[in-house]
Amino acid sequence: MMMASDLLGGAGADALVSRRLFLKASSAAGGALLLGFDLLADVDRAVAAEQETFEPNAFVRVGRDGRVKIIVPYVEMGQGNYTTIPMLVAEELEVPLDAVDAEHAPPNEKLYGNPLLGGVQATGGSTATRAVWKPLREAGAAARTMLVAAAAQRWSVAPSSCKAQDGEVVHPGTGRRLTYGALVEAASAQPVPQSVELKRPEDFKLIGTSAKRLDAPAKVSGKAVYGIDVRLPNLKIATLAQSPVFGGRLKSVDDTKAKAVKGVRQIVRLDDCVAVVADHMGAAKKGLEALDIEWDDGSHRNLETADIQRELEEATLKRGAVAKEVGDVAKALETAARKVDATYQVPFLAHATMEPMNCTVHVRPDACEVWVGNQVIARAQAAAAAVTGLPLEKVAIHNHLIGGGFGRRLEVDGVTRAVQIAKLVDGPVKVIWTREEDIQHDMYRPFFLDRISAGLDGSGAVIAWRHHFAGSSILSRWLPPAFQNGLDPETIDGAANIIYGLPNFRLEYSRVEPPGIPTAFWRSVGPSHNIFVVESFIDELAAAAKKDPVSFRLSLLDHQPRAKTVLALAAEKSGWGTPLPERRGRGVSVQFVFGTYMAQVAEVEVTNDGSVRVRKVVCAVDCGTAINPDVVEAQVQGAVMFGISAALYGEISLKNGRVEQGNFDTYQVLRLNEAPTVEVHIVKNNEPPGGMGEPGTSAVVPAVSNAIYAATSIRLRRMPIDASALVNK
Amino acid sequence: MTTSLRINGTEHLVDVDDDTPLLWVLRDVLGMTGTKFGCGAALCGACTVHIDGAPTRSCITPVNGATGAEISTIEGIGTTEIGKKVQNAWLQNEVVQCGYCQSGQIMSAVALLTNNPHPTDADIDEAMSGNICRCGTYMRIRDAIKLAIDGHRG
Ligand code: FES
Ligand code: FES
Repeated sequence: MMMASDLLGGAGADALVSRRLFLKASSAAGGALLLGFDLLADVDRAVAAEQETFEPNAFVRVGRDGRVKIIVPYVEMGQGNYTTIPMLVAEELEVPLDAVDAEHAPPNEKLYGNPLLGGVQATGGSTATRAVWKPLREAGAAARTMLVAAAAQRWSVAPSSCKAQDGEVVHPGTGRRLTYGALVEAASAQPVPQSVELKRPEDFKLIGTSAKRLDAPAKVSGKAVYGIDVRLPNLKIATLAQSPVFGGRLKSVDDTKAKAVKGVRQIVRLDDCVAVVADHMGAAKKGLEALDIEWDDGSHRNLETADIQRELEEATLKRGAVAKEVGDVAKALETAARKVDATYQVPFLAHATMEPMNCTVHVRPDACEVWVGNQVIARAQAAAAAVTGLPLEKVAIHNHLIGGGFGRRLEVDGVTRAVQIAKLVDGPVKVIWTREEDIQHDMYRPFFLDRISAGLDGSGAVIAWRHHFAGSSILSRWLPPAFQNGLDPETIDGAANIIYGLPNFRLEYSRVEPPGIPTAFWRSVGPSHNIFVVESFIDELAAAAKKDPVSFRLSLLDHQPRAKTVLALAAEKSGWGTPLPERRGRGVSVQFVFGTYMAQVAEVEVTNDGSVRVRKVVCAVDCGTAINPDVVEAQVQGAVMFGISAALYGEISLKNGRVEQGNFDTYQVLRLNEAPTVEVHIVKNNEPPGGMGEPGTSAVVPAVSNAIYAATSIRLRRMPIDASALVNK
Repeated sequence: MTTSLRINGTEHLVDVDDDTPLLWVLRDVLGMTGTKFGCGAALCGACTVHIDGAPTRSCITPVNGATGAEISTIEGIGTTEIGKKVQNAWLQNEVVQCGYCQSGQIMSAVALLTNNPHPTDADIDEAMSGNICRCGTYMRIRDAIKLAIDGHRG
């Protein structure tokens, strides 16, 4: 696929920035993104005789052949962005979806920054659909308005007497029609509308339909090109060994044997890494295995997971930053008829994206090119510039399809590493991480430890809730301004904005950055931890109050009608309350995160040897407008499998400073033979769309854990599930 | 040394060490990047190809073990009747998400249906449990295999 950066030419994007703004920021959510709508038609451009495309703004290109290119500011990682985002534009532009091609946006934060992620050009946090919902429809509507005006001018009729449909402007009065392709030049000469009218939901033709995914055909025929598939003349392949202890250094390396391997061309030594450059990955791997490397493990040489756990535990006994306080918790706890205390913890987790980390780089004296699949390409560009010392505009980033992101590719450590290696290589080099290297040098979902207490009154009502947890703050590193007064909104998401009505509530957070292990975003991030704790603990309270888990939750949701609806729906569809055989149980969870309401009921079976099989998950979801209901369903199904992988198996542990897991044998993930049936029920409404990439993951973990409690009366307060605790229970 | 490989009906000569995994010959030497790398240890199925019709993890198959055999990959599978049916079923069912595992999934599914046109659920579990999908498309893979069977019957 041709990259947008090629399309625009080297200076194109910058030139566009200087053009005037044409749509005013109209909502907080869309504001920053709308700054992108600056590129319109200055006169010289518009009247240029060789006008090949109509480019009304940063997102839409109409060609003379009538095909529409949509510059998608968010990358495709499997979440359907290359289908749902074009749907928004096509809806307003009145073109069929098969006339539309999607293209990656080039790195340019002014044009394509994500308003929901601090203006960083990033795809993550289930923000993509929410960030584009209004601006991209406006982009389509603006283009349509200009095309209609152009046709009306040519026919000397009023624009209001014309209408746009199926890639044409028609004048119903006289039956005249002009294709968009024929209007490219004339539309470019039209003034940019100061405001546009968006279609009413009842007039939507595409939004709300399960349009086919545009990226699917290339993905079933092996033709789709991911970062790892890049091919270039004289390309070399490299693989690497980085210091097995984070922060360690390379002491020495004997490469005699490696150099003798056929196809090995070069051994690259860095401070904390060795790479073998070869004709193909087979030779590079063989060469790597033949190296005799000695590491200086550095100060984290003795680090164990237990050390980190102890540190977090101690932190929760001190004072933390108060994230939220309502009423007087201490007093309410004193008067409670019953007090419940618990400690929860969740482990470090790797992303284990199916496509291992990789990045292809060509460093020349005066320029650098990078081929990669990344969720933050402007940062990738900056990283390459920093390593090479080149100015930004000398670094070209060619972004590619991503074989799984889950947060891993919101970081650019891989780009930095690949450029460090490529700097020492003559010609282009593709650096590929082995799976072991990918898992052992990930940036991990943080380990969190929680101390939580609640008080119930004589009738079983919750009168106090006190929660204090400790762990890493990713935002404090990733977007420092977002970390204030010891808090960031993401780490506490799902714990501070708890959906239940609680008269006395206190949440404290203690930021503890573990030594010797880097942390990063991971599908559903804050909520992946907080919803597990909150939804498990509320289940404990229901049990303590001797109430049914669903009705107990419902009684705390009077102020939350949308949450109530999804909870009741999931309960009904799952047959909540109907009898199950021995050692089977149902567990429930309900949440409001990423702008989406979701409830899940998981049905599990616990065998006598303690192993857990999740049979079925019923999910009710209210994500506002479901732009593409089939994509919503697919995202829930996938997120549920991802969460179950974590619940059953997910754990990264440290011993002697080294990550103990290495490949899919020691870092297991769910397989098809273990996969439950996932039923998704969508609540329809016209509210703005909520995020869908992540909620399914945070919701399923407590639902499964609560189901295990229902089946065995064993309450699991740490993940992953400890099968040995469930033997014969 | 020079090795001769027959891939999707075409002969190729490659000059690599005998023990080079077939995966890297396909991807890096011959530029056929449809077959994917996921683990390098026969744990994920992303690299699945057919060798004389048998689903095989190319990441641990030395290239000299494939000489003289008929190798088929995702690039050629659509030319077979069952391959086409499986790809169509995948599209009809909207199986793919990131898509990275799907070459391997499809190659495993085609091998299953070629050798066993009417697999039971247990047969499907058995044949497909070696292929990991991190995006969690398992339900749709199951359904697509069944759809391909029905199409086959019809
Ligand atoms: S790459 Fe061969 S099985 Fe994973
Ligand atoms: S579709 Fe992404 S790994 Fe299977």
